Amino acid sequence: MSSGPRRGVENKLGLTLKDYKGQPSTLCKGCGHNSIANQIVQVAYELDIAQHQVLRLSGIGCSSKSPAYFLGGSFGFNSLHGRMPSLATGALMGNHSLHAIGVSGDGDTGSIGLGQFKHLIRRNVRMVYVVENNGVYGLTKGQFSATADEGQVLKYAGENKLPPVDVCMEAIVAGAGFVARSFSGDAKQVRELMKAALHFEGTAVLDIISPCVAFNNADTSTKSYGYGREHEAPLHDFGWVPVAEEIEIDDQEPGEMRVVELHDGSFIKLQKLEEDYDPSRKVEALRRLQTAHDRQEFITGLIYLDEARPTLADISNLADTPLAHLSAAQLRPSRQALAAVMDEF
Amino acid sequence: MGVQENVPAATAVSERPSQKPIVNDFAIVVATANGTGSQTANLALLRAIFRMGVPVNGKNIFPSNIQGLPTWYHIRVSKEGYIARRETSELLVAFNEATVHQDIRSLPPGGVCLYNEDWRNVPARDDVTMYGIPVRPFVAESGLKGKLSDYIANMVYVGALAYLLDIPLGKIDEALEVHFKKRRNLVESNMAVVRAAYEWASENITKTDPYRVEPMNATSSKILITGNEAAALGAIFGGVSFAAWYPITPSTSLIDALNDYLPRLRRDPETGKATYAVVQAEDELAAIGMVLGAGWSGARAMTATSGPGISLMAEFAGLGYFAEVPAVIWDIQRVGPSTGLPTRTGQGDVIFTYYLGHGDTLNVILFPSSVAECFEFGTTALNLADELQTPVFVLSDLDLGMNNWMTEPFTYPEEPIKRGKVVTAEDIRDNGRYARYKDVDGDGIAYRTLPGNPHPLAAWFARGTGHNEHAVYSESPEDWENNMARLQRKFQTARHLVPGPVIEENDDADFGIIAFGTTQYAIEEARDRLAKTGVQTSFMRLRALPIDDEVRDFIARYERVYVVELNRDGQLHKILQTEVPDKATRLVSLAHLDGMPLTARWVVEAVEAAESQRKEQMSHE
Repeated sequence: MSSGPRRGVENKLGLTLKDYKGQPSTLCKGCGHNSIANQIVQVAYELDIAQHQVLRLSGIGCSSKSPAYFLGGSFGFNSLHGRMPSLATGALMGNHSLHAIGVSGDGDTGSIGLGQFKHLIRRNVRMVYVVENNGVYGLTKGQFSATADEGQVLKYAGENKLPPVDVCMEAIVAGAGFVARSFSGDAKQVRELMKAALHFEGTAVLDIISPCVAFNNADTSTKSYGYGREHEAPLHDFGWVPVAEEIEIDDQEPGEMRVVELHDGSFIKLQKLEEDYDPSRKVEALRRLQTAHDRQEFITGLIYLDEARPTLADISNLADTPLAHLSAAQLRPSRQALAAVMDEF
Repeated sequence: MGVQENVPAATAVSERPSQKPIVNDFAIVVATANGTGSQTANLALLRAIFRMGVPVNGKNIFPSNIQGLPTWYHIRVSKEGYIARRETSELLVAFNEATVHQDIRSLPPGGVCLYNEDWRNVPARDDVTMYGIPVRPFVAESGLKGKLSDYIANMVYVGALAYLLDIPLGKIDEALEVHFKKRRNLVESNMAVVRAAYEWASENITKTDPYRVEPMNATSSKILITGNEAAALGAIFGGVSFAAWYPITPSTSLIDALNDYLPRLRRDPETGKATYAVVQAEDELAAIGMVLGAGWSGARAMTATSGPGISLMAEFAGLGYFAEVPAVIWDIQRVGPSTGLPTRTGQGDVIFTYYLGHGDTLNVILFPSSVAECFEFGTTALNLADELQTPVFVLSDLDLGMNNWMTEPFTYPEEPIKRGKVVTAEDIRDNGRYARYKDVDGDGIAYRTLPGNPHPLAAWFARGTGHNEHAVYSESPEDWENNMARLQRKFQTARHLVPGPVIEENDDADFGIIAFGTTQYAIEEARDRLAKTGVQTSFMRLRALPIDDEVRDFIARYERVYVVELNRDGQLHKILQTEVPDKATRLVSLAHLDGMPLTARWVVEAVEAAESQRKEQMSHE
């Protein structure tokens, strides 16, 4: 099992934690997004990830700036507002041997990009899609986003009279096979979910409540640190176990631990907490999200898991060589092939 | 002033039983209702005449509708090889009861009308030869009902016209065989009706009109193909590996053709797996996003769309220009603004695509004017996108894209697949340094690495925000200005890389004409007509923007240069005026847009009007 930060210690690739960092953050001090970026750095280091094989992608907004702050050795693309999904789809079809971590926000995903978000999921493009969800527009100074609480009052925006969009529900309805909610203040859970998400064959959605210290951090807001620390209610103690490690469940009571093997042979461990939550049932997942919303519960953990759907690369029956690396001879059919086509006219 | 179409004088048919035959020089218009399958019949006629060795061109003038609204199919038969649209057709197939009155009114004196004799109240004209043929007996004979009976009606006019024009039934059979891809049962069932109608016509119609098709030898080596099919094949032989799109008329058939040919032409020989991907996006915003993503990661990526789609692609186009990502965007132009005339042709997206993107954006545009160039530019566009690391627009139009045109079969591209300045890990290792946006060669084009390149210096962060040479975020005024100046330099480089103009210089020319795309056919014919009246012209057909010195020099050689184009505002004219400001007053705009392909008649009249206006002005001075 991973054993937390090991400063200065090299991983299997001979890299230290520092090697996985990006540019210094220009976000506010204390912004939840910085914490998430740090967890991505930590996870990539712990998983011995080769940075050039992972794309970091984003749209526009505070959240979308953050890919610049992690995995400085990765190729990245900070695209357009709400349109990271389409860019990601193309990039990962252009080279399906690459993986990607996309970072979006609640405006980028819940408003302008809701359509692209749902269609990315519908196509099941293999990537980790992080929504850094704070319920507010930061760069434009404090407007409500589509995930803001109904009835909430903000200094700039007044009262929000509209119901929130639930990112996890939208993801499940669109067909996502890996849907989790977490809290940027719960670093360990964020890391474990991130590790599992990186091993999921399809679009893995992480809706991470990530407080905005500048515009939406009053304890009354469900997107605040205070609320999160007070109310976070994990559905289970979530853990991810790599392929090589023996999974230890001997000391568990039957029914206390759910273990799910992922396609690549790694495992997800769900240690039962107060309720016995089964994330493999779609309708149950939606029901649980709805009751959480109705009761103002801040549930976190793996909300839905289904590995059955093929990815877009799978259904496109792509040859092993990425499209980006096809030779000129592979790109242009033969002289005879053209002659044969011309004969048909 | 003004040139009349070449039609016979107004004489009643009965008075001229032994008139001189008019062979291989006339136009036919077939009036039917949309969605009745008449396209099969019309293409059969077109192909049959083509297979007789006679130059033809067919244009489908169709409505934005699935079923019921009127459609007109124009076939021009021209022994001279003219393929521009003509305003008048001498032969009418009046098979749409809803439009029969206006259709017959539109015939010139001496024209011919073949109509459905089942109808009552078909208007008669005594200066037009009227031939009636009943459709009901053929439908009854076939036993077919409903929509299928429409198909019978279509084949009835094919059979009757074959008789009237002397088209051998064997040629109709060949044409249907191409259409139905050699499925003999379908050919036979249609031919049965064609033969029956032919026989009926030969027994019941006494031909008194002069129009006939006679075999020639002008098309034997040629094929008929649509511009969109040609563009798709061009892209495939140009090495496209990724396409994303959203359905929109008139570009859809380009992607349809990709989907037809890619599965057989681009499979890995060992595994049978695809070496391409085509994704139907949720909208054009996503289509262009996917294309840029794929282009960035190293695929040869393209999309096809039309005006409204271009509008939605504007923001990503600017990102592509600024982040320097290769992409090819085929714009099969229709008529705007807004939804406009979605099934009619035009050249109205020139200014929009040239500057598409907010801020200072300049885009490369290619202008194919023939199916052969659609094929050729398949490679050119993808190569330019990779070499210039920028979105490249290809402006075709509905007329070129959706209609069938004669062409020599396409020859294998001579231009190699060019990937431009892509550096590998080894290159960086040898060089010892790498900066994504550094102008190493002074041509404005920096070197790019593809995602996945393992060298520690290879990775860069593409962004729409201000950046320095290392692709790192920067708000520094110097960085911004340097980068934009380099992009400008790159655009100067593009001037020499894009296809140059095609110039037909006439030493005795009174003036020059500039045009692009499919207007060339009307212009070629108009130039011949003008020459017959003693007016000599030179012609430059632009094949791309930005322009090169060759274009400036052409403009400089003439006191007057008419810029002919199919839009209201003279969009190319405006661009040329800004590109060649010292000669701007020499450029005269002749712009016109009514949704129909340009005719030689319009060009001649417009040129003559401009010339006489000029003479008038000079005499006042």
